[in-house]
Amino acid sequence: MSSHASTVDPKKAELWDTHHHSHDVISTRTLGYFLYLLSDGMLFATLFAAYGVLSYQHSYFGGPTPAEFVKPWYTFAQTIALFLSVLAYGFGMNALKHKNKSGLINGMLAAFVLGVVFLVLDIHDMSHLYSMGITLASSGGMSAFMVLTQVHATHIFFGLIWILVMIAQVMTKGFTEETVGRLLTLRMFWHLQAVIWVFVYIFVYLWGYIS
Amino acid sequence: MLVDLPGGWSPLLGRLAWSQIPYANPILAPLFVAVVIGAIIILGLITYYGKWTYLWKEWLTTVDHKKLGVMYIIIGLVMLFRGFIDGLMIRTQQVWAVGPHSSGVFGSLHGYLTPFHFGQVYSAHGLIMILLAATPLLVGFMNIIVPIQVGARDMAYPYLNALGLWITAAAAALIMISLFVGDFAHNGWFEYAPIFEMQYSPGVGVDYWMWTLQLLALGTTLGGINILATIIKMRAPGMTWGKLPIFVWASLASNVIALTSFPALQVALALVAADRYLGAHFFTAGMGGNLMLYTNLFWIWGHPEVYFVILPAFGMMSEIFPTFSEKPLFGYMTMVLASMAIAGVSWLVWLHHFFTMGAGPYVNTAFSVATMLVGIPTGVKVFNWAFTMYRGRLTFNAAMLWAIGALFLLLVGGLTGMMLAIPAINYMVHNSVFVVAHFHSMLLVIVYAVFGSVLYWFPKVFGFKLDEFWAKTMFWLFSAGTVLVFVPMYMLGFMGMTRRLEYVFNTAWQPYLDVMELGIVVYTLSVLAFIVLLYVSVRDHAKNRVGADAWGTSRSLEWLTHSPVPFYNFAVLPHVNERDELAWRREHGIDHVRPEHYDDIHMPNNTGVAIIIGALTFVLGFALTWRIWWLCIVALLAIIVLMIIRSFRGDPGYIITGAELQRMEEEAYRREAQIADSHHIHPVSGGVVGNAMAYQRNDSSK
Repeated sequence: MSSHASTVDPKKAELWDTHHHSHDVISTRTLGYFLYLLSDGMLFATLFAAYGVLSYQHSYFGGPTPAEFVKPWYTFAQTIALFLSVLAYGFGMNALKHKNKSGLINGMLAAFVLGVVFLVLDIHDMSHLYSMGITLASSGGMSAFMVLTQVHATHIFFGLIWILVMIAQVMTKGFTEETVGRLLTLRMFWHLQAVIWVFVYIFVYLWGYIS
Repeated sequence: MLVDLPGGWSPLLGRLAWSQIPYANPILAPLFVAVVIGAIIILGLITYYGKWTYLWKEWLTTVDHKKLGVMYIIIGLVMLFRGFIDGLMIRTQQVWAVGPHSSGVFGSLHGYLTPFHFGQVYSAHGLIMILLAATPLLVGFMNIIVPIQVGARDMAYPYLNALGLWITAAAAALIMISLFVGDFAHNGWFEYAPIFEMQYSPGVGVDYWMWTLQLLALGTTLGGINILATIIKMRAPGMTWGKLPIFVWASLASNVIALTSFPALQVALALVAADRYLGAHFFTAGMGGNLMLYTNLFWIWGHPEVYFVILPAFGMMSEIFPTFSEKPLFGYMTMVLASMAIAGVSWLVWLHHFFTMGAGPYVNTAFSVATMLVGIPTGVKVFNWAFTMYRGRLTFNAAMLWAIGALFLLLVGGLTGMMLAIPAINYMVHNSVFVVAHFHSMLLVIVYAVFGSVLYWFPKVFGFKLDEFWAKTMFWLFSAGTVLVFVPMYMLGFMGMTRRLEYVFNTAWQPYLDVMELGIVVYTLSVLAFIVLLYVSVRDHAKNRVGADAWGTSRSLEWLTHSPVPFYNFAVLPHVNERDELAWRREHGIDHVRPEHYDDIHMPNNTGVAIIIGALTFVLGFALTWRIWWLCIVALLAIIVLMIIRSFRGDPGYIITGAELQRMEEEAYRREAQIADSHHIHPVSGGVVGNAMAYQRNDSSK
């Protein structure tokens, strides 16, 4: 192992990069964003771990438990809204492939409106709980419930701002290397939030409902 | 307001009030005056010499990875000094406050620090040394070296790189301002539940600690993404994974850990914030909270973090040993696998920080075995370094001495770590200073590797070598200090001395504490030697100028380009043929072959956005600490708006034409030709075990 056998003839070796390697900006950016999403996934994994530890009977300290107030059909409506939003975004990206600017903007607008529906449903749900006196200060279990669901909602909120920014950028700049790269990274972000919502729905709402 | 705040709160200033300024403190008030005078002198000098424009254009707005790396290292060294002063204060308090008859001053019953102040000192010492000294130093070196070693012109995302630096700087500023405005956490650098809860720690100390760490975690995650993407995407043509320099491999393993583990810390801290700011009950003693959840979440990050800081240090040693043994690194592939194995196992050992939690024999055994597993890849590395040196032509210059010192400390720290991995022993010495001595040995491995790297890579970055005499003086003083402080500490640990004592009850320990105080004095001398080293080296820099290959026996790509490295790194990107590309070229006499023609290259523009966002994150952290809500909202909105504006404007970059590049390159070659070639090194094969290529020194004067 200490000796590394030479395989290249030094006389003929290519020493400098004489070819023009066009630097692929979009693929570098999407890779970096994918790496960021890994860390975002770890963030939710940690929150789920905390929720797991704090969802025993004693974690609710005799206070309200999710089984008492969770309405799976209500959150299922949220699920449908978010999934349709992702689908609309997908249609928009399909229009991007055909360089169809208005198609993309329509898809993004639909995704935005459906995302807003998701968020409004969430805020309504939270204010309803607040009116019943259920907050994150109720018990350790409720803290975990609220923080996990609302961190996800915060992600959706910033995603919605981002969608608006991207609609504006596509309208003013068209399809440049930068805007297309950002559309792709935003798509990854939006998809991941929907995937994480699946886990939130199953482990927090459905599991909370039956336990 | 969900949380009852003890003390006052006003909408304009939050919890901030004049009474929070410790102007009556006999230690902090003079320090504050000294800091203000020092700052006025520095700012005055910058103004006098008219350097503000230079500073803004060349440093504060730069996106050049080398300059950002240098600034990371400056932050790291300054914070290392601050952490060292904290260490000096801890040692002095412990040698002073021994036994009931010891005297006390400054309002303290024993020694000179009150328990509350002493708690802040050791908490700040721990946090600063790990996250504001070791981490920026290592991130700085990865920033400078990784892009050049992979043959790239810059990082994958130069702007993000600047952002990471300025967020780290904001965190450093936040912990420094806690000295003079309010107070810092006094419950240890990793805190405990539920003592950090509002009712037990009502001050702003825990909030300072929390937001400092949160900012650092953010900056480090951004940096980690950048280094990973650089390694994956920006390698020069021909550089396959098997030809990657070993420091790059170490950086890859390290940043995989950073990227995956720091989110766990961010969540742990965010949940503490939810408890302290919103009245949640994650870690409270009642109301369904779970105290050990905090400890688990913290160390799920905390132990991978330990390997996040040690792996780059291993990478640095793996660069220094081959260069000064004049041999290729022994066992490259096993070294790569060992780094990756350490990165993987780092996730399976967190519970060994609190075996005493009482999770039961099965859990403790599993974590004990996992901890011992770490010893296997680490042992592989130790043997690889030993075999690299075996029958090599060793040069014992200062950089090599630091690397060898690191190897010895790794043995001491690693073997005591194996002892601590056994729960039966761990229960005996848990939270004793034996543990403190163990992890100081490990973290000193990093310090040794960093000082070795400072000496090793300094000529690459600045174009001249550091002074050997003073570097060696510093090394021997530092090593003497290490022995004098930590050998007695191991012994005291076995005698049952627990950590963080502001009053030492057992007078029989006095002689050991005296030796440790002597050790910290010797450490102080080594700090002075470092300052002399910098002064002497800068004074004599004209004599110590070096060419591209500063040491004459180095092996990887960074030594192929000029010293100091031009801002574009490589005028023409190299094509990589071999693992140790430069060594291979030198071996075949083609290391001075220049590119035939120069093409236009594209470089990113400087930007002031990064430093402004960094300043705003500091404002945000400060406002959150003091609960100045309007300022939080303003700072957060300003950050978001700035990011959106920046994204609309984008960065078109600029073009350096081939002709201009050729002119700059020829000037650099002319400059290099004037430097007398003092090495006269020519390749001679054989003579080294394994038929490896070594380099004969032909002294032409004979």
